[in-house]
Amino acid sequence: MKSDESANYDEMLGEDGSIRPAYAGFREWYDEQDPRWLKKQDAEAERFFRRIGITFNVYGDNDAEERLIPFDMIPRIITAREWRKLTRGIEQRVRALNAFLQDLYHRQEIIRAGRLPMWIMRENAAFLPQMVGFTPPGGIYTHIVGIDLVRTGPEEFMVLEDNARTPSGVSYMLENRETMMNMFPELFTRIPVCPVSDYPRRLARSLRESAPDCAAERPVVAVLTPGIYNSAYFEHAFLADQMGAELVEGSDLRVVNGRVCMRTTTGYQPIDVLYRRVDDEYLDPLSFTPDSVLGIAGIMDVYRSGGITIANAPGTGIADDKAIYSFMPDIVEFYTGEKPLLPNVPTWRCSEPDALAYVLDNLKDLVVKEVHGSGGYGMLIGPASSRKELSRFEKKLRARPDNYIAQPTLSLSTVPIFTRAGLAPRHVDLRPFVLVSPNGVNITPGGLTRVAMRKGSLVVNSSQGGGTKDSWVLED
Amino acid sequence: MLGRNANGVFWMSRYLERAENVARLLDVGFRLALTRGLDASQEEEWRSVLITIGQDDDYSEKFDDYSGPQVFNYILRDRENASSVMQMIANARSNARAVRTSITNEVWEATNESFMILRDQLSRPVRESNLGEILTSVRRQATLVRGAIEGSMLRNEVFNFSRIGTFIERADNTARILDVKYYVLLPSVAWVGSDLDNAQWDTLLRSVAGDRAYRWLNAGRMDPRSITQFLVLDGQFPRSLVFCYDKIRSNMSGLALQYGEETEAHEIMRGAGARLHQTTIDDIFDVGLHQFIQNFLSETTRIGNAIAADYRFME
Repeated sequence: MKSDESANYDEMLGEDGSIRPAYAGFREWYDEQDPRWLKKQDAEAERFFRRIGITFNVYGDNDAEERLIPFDMIPRIITAREWRKLTRGIEQRVRALNAFLQDLYHRQEIIRAGRLPMWIMRENAAFLPQMVGFTPPGGIYTHIVGIDLVRTGPEEFMVLEDNARTPSGVSYMLENRETMMNMFPELFTRIPVCPVSDYPRRLARSLRESAPDCAAERPVVAVLTPGIYNSAYFEHAFLADQMGAELVEGSDLRVVNGRVCMRTTTGYQPIDVLYRRVDDEYLDPLSFTPDSVLGIAGIMDVYRSGGITIANAPGTGIADDKAIYSFMPDIVEFYTGEKPLLPNVPTWRCSEPDALAYVLDNLKDLVVKEVHGSGGYGMLIGPASSRKELSRFEKKLRARPDNYIAQPTLSLSTVPIFTRAGLAPRHVDLRPFVLVSPNGVNITPGGLTRVAMRKGSLVVNSSQGGGTKDSWVLED
Repeated sequence: MLGRNANGVFWMSRYLERAENVARLLDVGFRLALTRGLDASQEEEWRSVLITIGQDDDYSEKFDDYSGPQVFNYILRDRENASSVMQMIANARSNARAVRTSITNEVWEATNESFMILRDQLSRPVRESNLGEILTSVRRQATLVRGAIEGSMLRNEVFNFSRIGTFIERADNTARILDVKYYVLLPSVAWVGSDLDNAQWDTLLRSVAGDRAYRWLNAGRMDPRSITQFLVLDGQFPRSLVFCYDKIRSNMSGLALQYGEETEAHEIMRGAGARLHQTTIDDIFDVGLHQFIQNFLSETTRIGNAIAADYRFME
């Protein structure tokens, strides 16, 4: 999908071509550099990533077994003031998400109050009956959250998506910074950038704080991965390594004496907190998908008896479903008693007849997404689609309207990327990473900036050719 | 440490060692082919390389003759060959990848880089003119990874499992090489030290990188007993069977020390090591070299299996 950049908010350049304050220090440095040297550094970056093995696997792409997410070396820069405002909005939203999950699996006050329709849960596979009436250790459902934000103006940030199941990408936030510090160390002595490198330590602490009562004095944390063929395996290994936790697979685990234990060279050892990067449905073959080999038979029984913390809790997917997303402003207000500080992108629920009629009339201007889809698959981008594609999609939409939501085509902000011809604006989004424990909410200053590498493109997903950037929050 | 990770580092090291040894064998095959005029004996030499590494059956199902380039391309990079050198390097890397949290970054990066370099070099058919360069590269990459292990890893269980893998594989490989060539070493009344025999022995020594070491120790004397003695019983030569068993034993002691107890595998190893040390060259020729090696190979397999079971490599 294409857009006209001149109509978008450029995060570096003002309308008169002046440099905005966030980028002042960086541009001063950039203009001093020899363009040939910058080109050389740009090429070096790719070699660096390949060598340390930051690759990802793309589903349905056999030839390119391991691909590299393009890295752009121009940082995305956010001022301290902008960040403070964002964090307030993010914290409010994350607290509301947890309160919502607690309510949904207990008294369902929000449905009783008529603020959320009953059907939205009843027909949703992400709602797990196994979680009803059960409170996870410490009362936390979403220990790790990624909130996807887009920007359309100087003060206009909106939430595009909540990632409350198993948000990925945090390893890119860390490696991108590491790469930048290797390539351009002098930049960081000139410009005060908030560090992100202690994220793994914070994550480990946050997980230990969420341990169950039966845990060891220093709780044992393990990261559960589906294995080396998973697209995010690098990240699973990276986080386990950085936290000093074991990286385990389903085949390493077994329930012994009412605890989930891992098979070590000297016997079975109990795990207190499992940071799982395996989807709910594969977690326990006894409770969910019977033929799953990725999970641990009986872990849900251990969980319900308080023998382990699972992060994030099973059943959190109900909170980041796209159908629920459209209710988020109500959800925030219901549980916090405040107006949402971060607005949603306007969303039409195609399940509602009026909205459906509007969407069908304006299909060519809208973005239509599957309610349960992710990663940019199965979506329609109206302005970029041919008449044939539109009519084909219209049929799908009419057949199952409740499977879709629609949003306007936003004029997303742009940030410069490095090209052979110099700096060029490209569309971006931002995923800050949030940690939640019984002791509080912790937001790492920065996040993952995804960037559409092609001119005019609005699709930033890595599975669709998007790249990443280092994201800077400036210190005061 | 997870049992699966112990298995991973064990096999990572085994695959690297095996890739290196296959490269050595190919190097020798190539050398012999260069010094021989006759096509028939050249083909015999290449075939014996395939037999040594146990790939002759699969090869002969696919091909009818044993031309050099056909054989070394099959061994190095044929996609249908599940035991090609490329596949072993890929296996080493995927094991390393699965145990990334147990090994240092240096070891992972060295393994990953080896994989990338060799994948590039083996992306096109190998010609006689660049075979030497590629074989050197395989050896060098394996050496680099070993160096990274040596220089960056804690001397803990992970290190010990890795070393045990290396030396079990090496013991197995040296024994197999001896087995295929054992007929060359059979004492024969007809033996008069002809040129051909000397060349064969030289080959044998070269394939375990022992030609120079042997000459240092034996001052130019070339006879079957001394060569067998060297490859089986010499405690200084890092590819001899005795040396490999000593290393396995000392790395297993490291495990016992760390875990505070010995396992059944220790007992098996102690027995096997003691028997090997008590063996004399006369005993070997009394039993018959071939039979001796068969016994040794099954003993080595038994040790490996006992370690895997005692340390819960698998469920």
